[in-house]
Amino acid sequence: MDLVIVDYKAGNVQSVLFALERLGVQATLSCDFETIKAADKVIFPGVGEASSAMAQLRARNLDKLLPTLEQPFFGVCLGMQLLCEHSEEGDTDLLSIIPLPVKRFETDLKVPHMGWNQLEKLQSPLFAGIAEGEHAYYVHSYYVPLSDYTIAQTSYPDPFSAALQYKNFYAAQFHPEKSGPAGSQILKNFLTL
Amino acid sequence: MLTKRIIPCLDIKNGRTVKGVRFENIRDAGDPVELAKWYAEQGADELVFLDITATNEERKTFAELVRDIARHIDIPFTVGGGISAVADVEVLLMAGADKVSINSAAIRNPQLVEDLAKRFGSQCVTVAIDTKYTEATGWKVYARAGTVETEHATVDWAKKVVELGAGEILLTSMNNDGTKAGFALDITKAVSEAVSVPVIASGGAGTMQHFAEAFESAHADAALAASLFHFRELDIPDLKRFLKAEGIAVRC
Repeated sequence: MDLVIVDYKAGNVQSVLFALERLGVQATLSCDFETIKAADKVIFPGVGEASSAMAQLRARNLDKLLPTLEQPFFGVCLGMQLLCEHSEEGDTDLLSIIPLPVKRFETDLKVPHMGWNQLEKLQSPLFAGIAEGEHAYYVHSYYVPLSDYTIAQTSYPDPFSAALQYKNFYAAQFHPEKSGPAGSQILKNFLTL
Repeated sequence: MLTKRIIPCLDIKNGRTVKGVRFENIRDAGDPVELAKWYAEQGADELVFLDITATNEERKTFAELVRDIARHIDIPFTVGGGISAVADVEVLLMAGADKVSINSAAIRNPQLVEDLAKRFGSQCVTVAIDTKYTEATGWKVYARAGTVETEHATVDWAKKVVELGAGEILLTSMNNDGTKAGFALDITKAVSEAVSVPVIASGGAGTMQHFAEAFESAHADAALAASLFHFRELDIPDLKRFLKAEGIAVRC
């Protein structure tokens, strides 16, 4: 299988690469249009700030390519948020693949939402073998509200989208590459979609 | 529910764990990767690695070690020690660290906190604060591994670094560190209530009850300990069972 991780200088690319390596899977890092287009599966990690990540994508013309992809695609953390329409972070227009907003947590709780929290209402083959209430590692200050495309949710304190699916685009707000054995299982599930 | 985090801290010198660690079931407890894997299996929520070497040459070894750790463990980890520039952080994050912890460099150059947050995001910038209480001064921030008193009152400094972009505070009480008499609940609570970001309590853990107090009374979001775990005076699975029974949200 030809697995490509989108490398656009705004991702925790190394951690995803190592997590796949632990599963015995070799992936290619690339920001090249043709390489990504030809891949069997694409993983789109991301950490950092939305507007600078979008600038990095635009600089590589990936804002045009990514919405056209048809193979199974997995956005992680900021990589999930970037698939949406608009983010309150830096008032940023995103890739507009999934018609959803990205909002800042308005809560008395600590922000960023950092640490292990529970995955609930799991409804996708992405979560095969994952128990309701399993913990996953999060670190983020912005979130995607619940929607028709929500395939798992987490509460902080109100429920938000822990994961999304829209056509071939899957996405997780948590970090499967840092979520212990459960996270590895979710990555493995994506590879078999 | 978001769980409280239990964080073992490993001191690293020349690529090896420093404090004499007693483990029967680890082949080489001086090997940070072996030890990290063991802690991850035990249910540690995160790990902190502090590089206590001094020279630049040795620091290169540390970056290689960070890469090796990232390759082998599947939980988040923070690295710190001797970080003084954006370029240092870039190397460590590229190697696979999730967060970096800066301490004296933030005191010398507060702008560094802002630069790091802008460049890499607040979520990976932990500011470590060493604090000490005396009757004359109240809680003050100390620099250079706790050897130099600064002008900063601890709560004010915590608020300042959060304004600059810190995403987390690692608060170590020098009065409590090594005493096993419990965390400094008053200052931990004061800092936790003064800032909007998570606070890690550090220094003084001796019993399971101490962790419960840090979370319940002092509102810490995470608690860190070193020798208590390394010498197996307290095992993480037992600690988590205890906290759960106390009604504290933990991952176990």
